[in-house]
Amino acid sequence: MSELLSIQNLEVSLKNPLNDKQGRVLRGISLKLDKGQRVALVGESGCGKSMTALSILSLLPQPPMEITGGTIRFKDRDISHLTREEWEAIRGKDIGIVFQDPITSLNPVFTVGIQIEETLRKHLGLSKPEARQSALNLLTQMGLPDPARVIDQYPHQLSGGMCQRVMIAIAVACGPALLIADEPTTALDVTVQAQILDLVFKLTQQNKMAVLLITHDLRIVKGHADRVVILYAGEVMEEGTPNDIFEHAQHPYTEGLLASMPQFDSRGHDLASIGGVVPSPFESLMGCAFSGRCSKVKEKCRVEKPTFVVNETGHGVRCFYPSEK
Amino acid sequence: MLLSVRKIVKEFPVQRGLLGTPTAFLKAVNDVSFDVEAGEVVGVVGESGCGKSTVGKCIVGLHEPTQGQVLWNNKDSVLLKKDEKRDIRREFQMVFQNPFSSLNPRQKIKDVLLEPLEVHSLLKPSERLTFVKELMIRVGLSETDLLKYPHEFSGGQRQRIGIARALACQPSLIVLDEPVSSLDVSVQASILNLLVKLNQDQKIGYLFISHDLQVVGYISNRVLVMYLGKVVEEGRVEQVLQNPKHPYTQVLLKASKGSSVALKGESSNPVNAPQGCPFSARCLYVEDQCLTQKQELLEVENRWQVACWKWREI
Repeated sequence: MSELLSIQNLEVSLKNPLNDKQGRVLRGISLKLDKGQRVALVGESGCGKSMTALSILSLLPQPPMEITGGTIRFKDRDISHLTREEWEAIRGKDIGIVFQDPITSLNPVFTVGIQIEETLRKHLGLSKPEARQSALNLLTQMGLPDPARVIDQYPHQLSGGMCQRVMIAIAVACGPALLIADEPTTALDVTVQAQILDLVFKLTQQNKMAVLLITHDLRIVKGHADRVVILYAGEVMEEGTPNDIFEHAQHPYTEGLLASMPQFDSRGHDLASIGGVVPSPFESLMGCAFSGRCSKVKEKCRVEKPTFVVNETGHGVRCFYPSEK
Repeated sequence: MLLSVRKIVKEFPVQRGLLGTPTAFLKAVNDVSFDVEAGEVVGVVGESGCGKSTVGKCIVGLHEPTQGQVLWNNKDSVLLKKDEKRDIRREFQMVFQNPFSSLNPRQKIKDVLLEPLEVHSLLKPSERLTFVKELMIRVGLSETDLLKYPHEFSGGQRQRIGIARALACQPSLIVLDEPVSSLDVSVQASILNLLVKLNQDQKIGYLFISHDLQVVGYISNRVLVMYLGKVVEEGRVEQVLQNPKHPYTQVLLKASKGSSVALKGESSNPVNAPQGCPFSARCLYVEDQCLTQKQELLEVENRWQVACWKWREI
């Protein structure tokens, strides 16, 4: 499969305007997406998953944030230093995005129809009636009940799940090669969540679209991704297929995440919790970023930073003492 | 019986007429009954708008049910005199979902924890500070934290303070309204461990409200599944999670494991809830009878009930 998006050693820093202190939000992230591939980016709050998404789209709040290193290539083109006009041609056309909170991401003063048509008319140059027809088709495809009525409704008249379907309709309207979904289901009910994820992945198959799914919830990743990337403190800690991650996790952080998920089956046992908190971007980290919370930490981890080692099957881990399973 | 909820209904007016008289009602809770025994953990699970938080609030007395009774230690909460009510409310405490908005930002933690002791005149004034210090250690915080303000703590730590505040009253039941849903998984695990330990050591009962069936399955002895104000299934956790009978419970269980679900549409509006079975609009096994006929809770086994007439076939 050919490569669609490739991020090399991406570094993003954050400057505190009050005391000019520099913090590091992303500490060298490398990531690769092939055409039509579904990659899940998983981590706790503050680990840099949303910042990675915003960097790809050049939507970082600048200042205080700034890309300080690394390259982002999309369709064999460096996209980290494009002008505003060049970006406008890419966002919404080649790369679509779905944000976490569907109700605040839609414009409350326009009907959903107008918001979908806007993208179609701008990027594909459709006429008004053409755009409306294809907006209707999109809404039907998204599985919305009664699309002919929904198209003239305002976001506040729809439920959260319906708004998220509209958001997805806007994101995929121009047939993007890549869809970035930043916690697309976190604000939704569990049953609706499953429906939305099924929809997203049906679309990936139909349109040969790649998806970067950003989430904190390992459970939804299991059936919905080809590759899983575990992020911690702005670094990739482990990467592999869902089978690698769920059955043969090697990094202590991944193991900790998996063991801390409460389940019916683990009744009566203490859940393994990871002590401490995610380090702040302003902390200077010596050695391994996870060493402060790791249960298997050794002397070497505190002074030397482990490199990211990939084995022959493509399962990569950043740890001196990975578990063997 | 520590707590008995008898056929409670809670309606909220959503529309008012010209003279301010309510013209439309939202039935948040519609005919819900259950019991909690001393030291028991009962989980209430359902999606947003199913009435689970309203049930919790009715139990601690933050809402008064429109119909039905809440019995605290076999006494009707509505009929109690003011003094008696305050005494008995001490035993029924609540921990809220959002640890950021449920603590007063201008109060030091010491004052947060001393206030309930003063209100209920618990302990001698000289002993209170020592008790509060012990309390902090019991929930995994330190004595020195007492002089800090809420903003100095992380979400997980604040939730511990919320739990400590509930414990200060020496309750026999704590209503936990989504206590871990705003926390990261690793922090969530440590709070759940703390709750399990408190339940085992001190025999405090919980009403554990959550949208997450796996979390409820982990901590509860019994579970109530709610949909649009109604209980659709109730039973022991082993029964309900291993062999769910109601189609809605089956869907919830699948969704909570991350598998895809076969389901139509989304939750109906609770203002115009369907006539018959509340789940009929989304259910795949729906038949004409489901649309028109009210579903009663049917017994599957002893203390295991399901509100679906087709449960044997599904």
